[in-house]
Amino acid sequence: MDLFSFSSTMLYTAFVVYLIATIFFGATIRDKRGKAKKGTAGKIGITLTIIGFLAQIAYFITRWMASGHAPVSNLFEFMTFFGMTIVFAFIIIYFIYKLSVLGLFALPVALLIIAYASMFPTDIAPLIPSLQSHWLYIHVTTVSLGQGILSISFVAGLIYLIRQIDQSVKSKRTTWLEVILYSLILFVGFIITTTVFNMMNYSASFEYPSGNNVLTSEYTMPAIAGPTDGTLITEDAMQPWFETPGWMHGVDAGKKFNTLIWSFITGSILYVLLRLILRKRIGAAIQPLLKSTKPDLLDEIAYRAVAIGFPVFTLGGLIFAAIWAEEAWGRFWGWDPKEVWALITWFFYAAFLHLRLSRGWHGEKSAWLAAGGFAIIMFNLIAVNLILAGLHSYA
Amino acid sequence: MNKIKCECGHVNPEGTVLCEACGKPIEGNQHIDGNDGKKLLNMRYDGTARRSQTYNKSIIDKTWSFFSSVKVGVWLIVLALIASAVGSIFPQEMYIPADAVSRDPEIFYEERYGIFGLIFYQLGFHNLYSSWWYMILIALIGVSLVICSLDRFVPLYKALRKQKAKRHDTFLSRQRLFSETEVVSDEEIQKLEKKLKKRGYKVRNEEGHILAEKGRFSRWGPYVNHIGLIIILLAALLRSTPFFYTSEYVWIREGAQEVVPGTKGEYYIENKDFIIENYDENDERFGEAIKQEGGMVPNNYQTNVAVYQAKEAVPGAEPELEKIVEDNIQMNQPIEFGSYTVYQSGYQLNEFTNMTFKIHETDDQNEEALDSFTIDLTSPESEYNLDNGFRVEVGQYYPDYYLDDNGEPASETNFPRNPAFVLLVYPPDSEKPEISFLGIGKNIDATGENQYKVGITDFEMHDVSGLSVRKDYSLPFFVVGAAIFMIGVIQGMYWQHRRIWIRPKKEGIMLAAHTNKNWFGVKKDIENTISGTNIKMVDDQQELEE
Ligand code: HEM
Repeated sequence: MDLFSFSSTMLYTAFVVYLIATIFFGATIRDKRGKAKKGTAGKIGITLTIIGFLAQIAYFITRWMASGHAPVSNLFEFMTFFGMTIVFAFIIIYFIYKLSVLGLFALPVALLIIAYASMFPTDIAPLIPSLQSHWLYIHVTTVSLGQGILSISFVAGLIYLIRQIDQSVKSKRTTWLEVILYSLILFVGFIITTTVFNMMNYSASFEYPSGNNVLTSEYTMPAIAGPTDGTLITEDAMQPWFETPGWMHGVDAGKKFNTLIWSFITGSILYVLLRLILRKRIGAAIQPLLKSTKPDLLDEIAYRAVAIGFPVFTLGGLIFAAIWAEEAWGRFWGWDPKEVWALITWFFYAAFLHLRLSRGWHGEKSAWLAAGGFAIIMFNLIAVNLILAGLHSYA
Repeated sequence: MNKIKCECGHVNPEGTVLCEACGKPIEGNQHIDGNDGKKLLNMRYDGTARRSQTYNKSIIDKTWSFFSSVKVGVWLIVLALIASAVGSIFPQEMYIPADAVSRDPEIFYEERYGIFGLIFYQLGFHNLYSSWWYMILIALIGVSLVICSLDRFVPLYKALRKQKAKRHDTFLSRQRLFSETEVVSDEEIQKLEKKLKKRGYKVRNEEGHILAEKGRFSRWGPYVNHIGLIIILLAALLRSTPFFYTSEYVWIREGAQEVVPGTKGEYYIENKDFIIENYDENDERFGEAIKQEGGMVPNNYQTNVAVYQAKEAVPGAEPELEKIVEDNIQMNQPIEFGSYTVYQSGYQLNEFTNMTFKIHETDDQNEEALDSFTIDLTSPESEYNLDNGFRVEVGQYYPDYYLDDNGEPASETNFPRNPAFVLLVYPPDSEKPEISFLGIGKNIDATGENQYKVGITDFEMHDVSGLSVRKDYSLPFFVVGAAIFMIGVIQGMYWQHRRIWIRPKKEGIMLAAHTNKNWFGVKKDIENTISGTNIKMVDDQQELEE
């Protein structure tokens, strides 16, 4: 077996092991028969998590060896690494607070992100000249670690919200909580859609004008939204229902928009199905499982994760980024969208930390903020790459 | 000033909320930190007298209070956050893509993004990050930072120095972590003290009143990091002056030598060769990915250069040059000389250096040359007198020929990328020119009656390299600022200021604790240190309150 396929197998292994670990963490709350059992399930859970993490490290190292550069240079590699840092951050926080229920939520978030990443081209790609710098690895790994730790804040905040929000009446808060959960389900929608159409080997080509050129776009899902002014050139493929609006620009804007629509459709169907099965809000369905977790501890973790993650993020996302940019372009700060969004993330968590100084911003408000911070991080990872094009050549 | 004397004998400055020495709440001042009617004391700045909370009469007082409010600070940060986000909706002016129909911002935004683009442009968001109001916003954050830090640091520093181990009853009982044990023996207390020391606490025992303290230095973290931020903001200010920072760009073709811009003629740079290398398509590792990218993935952009320094420039005379550097500039590997750094920033492949033409009779099947000439495209002459009596006038020269919207020939840039000419050919002894239009793949006889035809026989090409030249004396300030900031945040985030108080009460003790963050940690400390004694674990009164 060559290094590359070994590496892929390791990633797959990690994925499966995380999945099993999640089940064990689930058992820690399901099991009502006494403390001893509960402890064992948690221990197995964390052990499996560490095994999975080691497998993922093996993936990382062997892929590095196979490609000759650290595997953090395209969207697949970068997102996968981000999933890994979430797991790593979870392991650290677990050993500080020994809170099993955190694993039940942190691992699925990591799993979603890794699965999401795997939907993008996984071939080993060569590095273009601007990325050929050790600062690239240092910068990307540190930012990612920072974001991973900050994500744990979201996880703790999410558990807090599910546990604490009054589900007996419909309110703004229950709605927003559902929005968060629904957004997570959209990722599942994306993963399912992509996998299904991949298995069907769906493909349709479009030609569309861009400036003075005509480009082609390979759709891998039936086109609901075709490219702006595009023409379908594959026979027997579905004609698009409508065209992508003209203000969406960039390479393959239509294809990306189409993928987004599909993810929304599949995700929404999934959400509605879940609601029909559960016959209540998803938040309300999970809530009873969390009765025994202490809200104070969750709040503490949500805050602590920010306290730990903020310096790491600053170092990687602002300082190392600046050093690299200085070396590559001669300007340590250039206001390209990716940089701007790193700054926004930083501002956001700075505001979070300052708000925590005053009374009244602990608990629920804090938890909402933690969710907002995660939304910004995800926006920077996904939307900025896919929509607001920047110098950073992931995507 | 109205000093306040506490019953413990300590004299506090006006505006104090909790006595600096014993922590007893000072009557009449409790509203300042919102302690009224609350069980727990607000311990944020140890109840010290802050200028912002104490004086509120003059304009200065009011300004000071305004900027020292964390609420205002957070608002400023949030505003900066929103503004930054707005600026990223569409590309900033400098990132208008090269393939845009027009790179003129006045046209670009509306053309591409419609009405929203037009609004974006008209509000000046296309240069948002250098707009005066964005700068003011950042400056206000700076002001707020300074005032806010001074307002709290000084009194907090004093209070923590003056604090006594002996604390007032109410101070202890109104802490978040508190317990009271009826009967405690001296041995138990000694055991506790020993364990606290082992955990790294500094323990002070004043007549049985104990203060165990750890990590006080972490309290200075925020102030240190704010100083770092201030230095960074000042560095940004310095950078906006030409003494500290210059940025220039130079296009230089292969074989040419140019003055390095911005160096006042001190340095010259020669482009010996520009190299672009692509990854090998057949590379096993990358083959698949390269195929997806359409077969060409660059691996290296490089300019081989020599840099010369002029010795005392004599005005008017050609300077005498001394070679000081011979090196390759690559992406991520700039070269440095003097106080300048030169970066590989752009390139243009295959510009025409010169073109050679011949003149033959239109009817001649063999196109035998009657005369020939070469136009140097970097400095074309207006007229060429040829050996065999022909004279050629360059009527029009389009370095980068295209047909504009009206179908008129024009030049898209000034670079000889697609040269085209209108040539006026005067045959020997004739005063009447024949007009020909020549370009790459074009040879048009304007009248169709030309006796002589001009044809391109040869050409030479070169690449052009784009180099950025930077001088930046402000960098060290940014480095220092960033380093101080990092030290400050780490200091404040990875350590915590924990204090545990013990106050004897009859046979027993009161035990209370405070930390500025990580309550879980301090609880563990207490749990660990009281184990093996009868001392009761503290209750988390905040938890109970909810
Ligand atoms: C983007 C700018 C800023 C950054 C990155 C920043 C960063 C920080 C950090 C990391 C802390 C430590 C928080 C903690 O320990 O939980 C802190 C504390 C603090 N900051 Fe800022 N800050 C900024 C702007 C401001 C501004 C504008 C103000 C003024 C209102 C301010 C006032 C404070 C105060 C009062 C503290 C608490 C000090 C203490 O705990 O003793 N900060 N800041």
